[in-house]
Amino acid sequence: MAMIKLENVNKYFGDLHVLKNVNLEVKEGEKLVIIGPSGSGKSTTVRCMNYLETPSSGHVYINGHLLTAANKTRVIRENASMVFQQFNLYPHMTVLKNLTLAPTKLHHKSKKEAEELAYHYLEVVGLKDKAHVYPSTLSGGQQQRIAIARALCCESRIILFDEPTSALDPETIQEVLDVMIKLAKENITMVVVTHEMGFARQVADRIVFMADGEIIEEGTPDHFFNNPESDRVRQFLGKIIR
Amino acid sequence: MSGLLSARAWNKIWVYRGTFILGLGNTLKTAAIALLLALFLGIVFGLMATSNKKILKTISRVYVEVIQNTPILLQMCFLYYALAFSGHSPGIIITGILALGIYTGAYMAEVIRAGIEAVPRGQFEAAGAQGFSYISMMFYIIIPQSIKVILPPMTNTIVNMIKNTSCLYIVGGADLLSLTYSFVTGENTGGSYAPAYIVCGVIFFIICFPLSTIASTWENTLKKRERRSVLNKV
Repeated sequence: MAMIKLENVNKYFGDLHVLKNVNLEVKEGEKLVIIGPSGSGKSTTVRCMNYLETPSSGHVYINGHLLTAANKTRVIRENASMVFQQFNLYPHMTVLKNLTLAPTKLHHKSKKEAEELAYHYLEVVGLKDKAHVYPSTLSGGQQQRIAIARALCCESRIILFDEPTSALDPETIQEVLDVMIKLAKENITMVVVTHEMGFARQVADRIVFMADGEIIEEGTPDHFFNNPESDRVRQFLGKIIR
Repeated sequence: MSGLLSARAWNKIWVYRGTFILGLGNTLKTAAIALLLALFLGIVFGLMATSNKKILKTISRVYVEVIQNTPILLQMCFLYYALAFSGHSPGIIITGILALGIYTGAYMAEVIRAGIEAVPRGQFEAAGAQGFSYISMMFYIIIPQSIKVILPPMTNTIVNMIKNTSCLYIVGGADLLSLTYSFVTGENTGGSYAPAYIVCGVIFFIICFPLSTIASTWENTLKKRERRSVLNKV
């Protein structure tokens, strides 16, 4: 069954037509990587999946539910988490509180259960010793690993990644990618917008290439990197892989 | 007799000190209850202004603009006489509380709106992506971050409200300034103009100055803390 389904999704920002009739299905457990030049609509696509952007027309289905303004909070709470480019940790809370807030307030977990969960995922991202510090004391890479742990604590079946390494120093990108590679071994549905081609090649079940608000081509990493059909993809790959 | 240096004039104030204490009491009582009303209105309309429902935004905007762009004296007269002529005069104290509360509420709403808007968009998005409802997002994530931005200007708004109790004078209130006026023009008590108004001013100053000092101290600590957290990151 499709975990995420976009049906004829269009999005306008004023007069700007940023998504043009996008149709896309993501299967349960699939690792989908979306790549493409800046301004191609990749972030908007992933942000439509959890209704951070409401499509101007078209339908979004999450785990079989048609998303609406009325049910989005509940459906998203039950099914999806997100990791942002700018981390967006809650700065007024310690790391532990960041991780336990949603589980205790939204997922009816006791404080003890939520903390056990938090320590478990802190271990997964390798930051167990940072439970009691505030986010502002951490490096970008560490903050992003905490943000991933926060997403994991919601135990969602879907995690959306919106350019998770684009705001990081080059030397900390890999520590975040390593965590994501580890995650990819689990049965979580992952949609990742990224410019990291090495990651895409290694982790993706399928790669979607977008340009000018449209899906130009999709396929396995092998197909995509070795035998792309469209000139647009070849051009793009030629520019970034040297 | 009205002279600044007249011992008799000062003595009269001492004798009738009860008048000033009564006025101060009324001013503080009115201000305290009006503050509760203003906070309530400020929170409701401040949240409305930051919601994404256009109709709520518009209602909040209309309230704030109408109140901020008409004189408080006019609002008091309107409320007092409108209520009086409609047959249910609630008395001067209630009128004062309503008028001051509604007036200050508009400023509170702006302070709260600005505080909420100072929180980065990413915080709203992170909360939304976790599935927080609007109310719980505000309660757990947004308000705790905006409170430090909100407190200093909110304290200044409170100081203004305390001073604005003196506007009740226009509808014959029993606040500190009105009673001072009655005192200096009274048949038995009249005459001590300069000393009476000085005393009245000193009382206002003693109440308002500590509050505005707290507000500016808060603001400075906030700025220092921000600078420190920037330095930490470098």
